[in-house]
Amino acid sequence: MTKDMSFEAVMERKGEIMKDAIGIDYDIFESGGIAFDYERMMRETGYTLEEIQKIQKETGVGNTPVLELRNLTKLARKHAPKGKGARIFIKDEAANPSGSFKARRAATSCYHAQKLGYEGVIAATSGNYGAAVASQAAMRGLKCIIVQECYDSRGVGQPEIIEKARKCEAYGAEVVQLTVGPELFYTFLVLLEETGYFNASLYTPFGIAGVETLGYEISMQFREKEGRDPDVVVVTNAGGGNLTGTARGLLKAGANTQVVGASVSLEGLHMASDTQFNKKSFTTGHTGFGIPFATWPDRSDVPRSAARPLRYMDRYVTINQGSVFYMTEVLAQLEGLERGPAGNTSLAAAFKLAQELDEDQIIVVQETEYTGAGKHIQPQLTFAKENGIEVLIGDPTEEIPGKNIILPKDPGYIETSEVDLNRIRRSYIRNCIRNNQIEKVSKEDLEFLVEDTKSSEEFVKSILDEFGVEY
Amino acid sequence: MDAKRGDWVRIHNIVLEAGERAPNIPEDTQKVPLEFWNKGFLLNEEANIGDKVEVETYIGRKVEGTLVEVNPYYKHDFGKCVPELLYIGRQVRSLIKEDGE
Repeated sequence: MTKDMSFEAVMERKGEIMKDAIGIDYDIFESGGIAFDYERMMRETGYTLEEIQKIQKETGVGNTPVLELRNLTKLARKHAPKGKGARIFIKDEAANPSGSFKARRAATSCYHAQKLGYEGVIAATSGNYGAAVASQAAMRGLKCIIVQECYDSRGVGQPEIIEKARKCEAYGAEVVQLTVGPELFYTFLVLLEETGYFNASLYTPFGIAGVETLGYEISMQFREKEGRDPDVVVVTNAGGGNLTGTARGLLKAGANTQVVGASVSLEGLHMASDTQFNKKSFTTGHTGFGIPFATWPDRSDVPRSAARPLRYMDRYVTINQGSVFYMTEVLAQLEGLERGPAGNTSLAAAFKLAQELDEDQIIVVQETEYTGAGKHIQPQLTFAKENGIEVLIGDPTEEIPGKNIILPKDPGYIETSEVDLNRIRRSYIRNCIRNNQIEKVSKEDLEFLVEDTKSSEEFVKSILDEFGVEY
Repeated sequence: MDAKRGDWVRIHNIVLEAGERAPNIPEDTQKVPLEFWNKGFLLNEEANIGDKVEVETYIGRKVEGTLVEVNPYYKHDFGKCVPELLYIGRQVRSLIKEDGE
């Protein structure tokens, strides 16, 4: 009863709270340095693909349809050089029980929590994952708490997040809403300790393994439909789990498909800033998560994140907010699909990337998400205007996040911007050195860094040299 | 009296005061408290807005806080008309028509 509940004391107990709340002893995968045994962690604490398929089938998750976007392909070809313009397909993940691919992650987490005998589950998320956990918890008779970062200090909430709170409550969950700030983690720990519930983190091996079925299904569906794997899969990238899981699933299917990450550019906006919180029109799928989680995945709410996007990413592009809103409207108007908008980040990127590929090639947008009140281009642009953001029609490359949103004058104005992956890899290696306070890396560390950055020994050594770290 | 026992209400709390925020966050966020909202069935016999109360959340947890709303409901909607969006559908429909297919 006399437990110290101060911020410092609770943060200090983080390790033990987490161990009780996830049931994984992460220490056994550690090497004592930068390296840890990622594959062993995935193997020993996760589930096999077959097991996950079975678990997801129990609650109606997965096996979502793949749709060919013929009109959109036609539109892309109008703006592509002769002979270019790959066929664009979309995997309609909105068909999952809670309206997004996140049901896959939640299905395995809730199954695991039930199997271990937890009374309930908790997740810290302002996104679709909350609804997914609440929905899966409802099916498995578990109690559910969702912790959201929702409001600024004026009490003004992002309409998209408020809609997600509503959806969680619709499934019988308790929703704890907070103002802006990373100390959300403190409240989250307090709740875990008080309730003894399972931490349905987005970043556990079960959560990520849950997404592997998505990549695997894509491969199987295309082999059946087109007799081959797709050439490119585009993934909206935030925390890295969607990309990691999808890529691992594709690899398990034996597919040699290029995996491209795409994020909305929110360059210049600070994610933990009270005054900038409502200046953005995307609450996920943006660079504010995408870049920090790629350069330091272990910032998540578990000791070691199973989401390691740099391991699997072949290319990373950004796109502006206005282009994603534009493509959301196009998807509805040309393809009769009202989805997104945040989930349409990869769609907007794919529209541009398709123009670089040959006509007989295949590019896949690997998710959609449900649309609803608050979570729709109209309320989000209305909200933007109310927060002083100008909505313009013009050249989207001139958009300044937090100041304006520029809808492309016509589809030919949609551009992606290349993220220099070597720069991201360098930051990741630097963070590994700094956060582990290391002056010399072991052979094991070196091998790990090569794998974790999908680079080469030569590249890693050049970065270590730059920072004066021995190997 | 604004609410009686068993009413569905919304409560508010301060988790961290302005001076107690984590050190590594932006200055503007440092200057404001970390606030908290939750909902539940009122456990007090009766209460007025602004009173310290206790509620039982939908999943059965007991939580204390300041009463801020009775029968809270969602006010988010499909927004106002955004005229800037109206060109898009016509534009792309006409673009793919020009093919003469």
